[in-house]
Amino acid sequence: MKTLTMPSFGADMAMGTIVKWNVKQGDLVSKGDIIASIETMKGLIDMEVFDDGSISTLLVSEGDEVEVGVPIAELQLKNENYSNNKPELKLENVSLDSGELDTSIDVNKTPVDDQILADKRILVTKDSQDQNVNRQNTQQPKISPAARSRAERLGIDWRLLSKGSGPDGAIVLDDINIPDEKSAEQVSDTVKDPSNMMRQAISATVSRSKREIPHYYLQLDIVLNNTINWLSDHNANLPPSKRILSNAVIYSAIARALTSFPAFNGFYRDGHFQPSESVHLGNAINLRQGGLMVAAIHDAQRLGLIELMEKITDQVSRARKGGLRMSEMQDATVTLSNMGDRGTDSIQSIIFPPQVAIFGIGRQREVPWVIDNTVNIATIVSVSLAADHRVSDGHSGARLLNKINKLLQTPEVLM
Amino acid sequence: MNNNQSIKDLVCMLILDIAPEADLHNLDPNEDLREELDLDSMDFINLLDSIATKTGVNVPESDYSKVNSLALLTNYLATQS
Repeated sequence: MKTLTMPSFGADMAMGTIVKWNVKQGDLVSKGDIIASIETMKGLIDMEVFDDGSISTLLVSEGDEVEVGVPIAELQLKNENYSNNKPELKLENVSLDSGELDTSIDVNKTPVDDQILADKRILVTKDSQDQNVNRQNTQQPKISPAARSRAERLGIDWRLLSKGSGPDGAIVLDDINIPDEKSAEQVSDTVKDPSNMMRQAISATVSRSKREIPHYYLQLDIVLNNTINWLSDHNANLPPSKRILSNAVIYSAIARALTSFPAFNGFYRDGHFQPSESVHLGNAINLRQGGLMVAAIHDAQRLGLIELMEKITDQVSRARKGGLRMSEMQDATVTLSNMGDRGTDSIQSIIFPPQVAIFGIGRQREVPWVIDNTVNIATIVSVSLAADHRVSDGHSGARLLNKINKLLQTPEVLM
Repeated sequence: MNNNQSIKDLVCMLILDIAPEADLHNLDPNEDLREELDLDSMDFINLLDSIATKTGVNVPESDYSKVNSLALLTNYLATQS
């Protein structure tokens, strides 16, 4: 049995409303099926399932608004055998994006916690479940009866905590703590206001990132003349809907370059880095109603420019009008943050855990630039890279930025 | 003039489709449209796309500087259509 919880679609999401269930109790579902539409502050998102199975219970009704991490349905997996031996990661119930979570189990800081906290994806993959199962066989902590009863009441799987703050590392009452348990008035005062909740959720993510990830920053000014000239030829006789924007070329260059630099593309979890085979480029989309949405362009390194441009256009429009899929919200292996044409010359960004790198793209601008001993007018863009020093060094980061530069000098190869 | 007014109304309608919160009443028609309404390059290309669909006028990239305010854009469309 797998518990499906209200997913998080971004660092600033705190609550979601089930607008519509596309399934009912007993329905068979396959991996990738859209089972619900969820209304968030950022619009409607389609929720997919990541396993084959059948819906055994729907825990919330249409119209109900619940916090991120709250169980919303039970899924009977098609191949239940291995997961019968236990724990359905009940820690999912904890609001992962809540600032208080970090402090409340800080004493228990272990690689397991890191993994769970690092994993913003609420639906846990089979791999990580297996890992947790193995871990429990080797080390099961002691727990006081009171703590155990509270854990069970709150739906927290205490076996996932390697030790507590009590004698001999036993888990005691204080270790089992989630925000809901704290004083009710305090919660109702501050947390209920949506914009406040959004601020708190963003705050929790970025604070954790800055606390846990040793960032280093690099920046390279890249001359875009070749890209712009090539694009103006390409776009000259095309209707607006078929034109390629220079951003798409920059995104493509980044995705292609990352294939040679795996240390910047993947997840840092459980004390080690897992590179991703494919580049799922997280595009930070600015929403008109306020806030950001990061949508993943799947397998961006494989897309030609035309295809990539179509993906970006489609995604931006769905981000603003509704209809992004949950996998697009959660799969990004690296993120791009783009200042747009009227922003600032550069931006230095904060890595989204568990990712290990984020690119910042400034506005394009004309500057005097020396080419072959003469001063020319060049259009440049400052591309910054913030990366995780636990995984990579500045030297390889610099090589990555230079590779991106090189690709942007010959945009036709990205076609 | 009448023609210009109806083109302007059409453009305003298409802008509102892309930027529903835009305050077009207080928009200075001679100011930079994208600056004033916070339209990014994607919004702008979508606006030109819907203009092309409605009016048949394709604004080429080389003419972007001739359409960067509401007044310029309206005039441009009036002379082209």
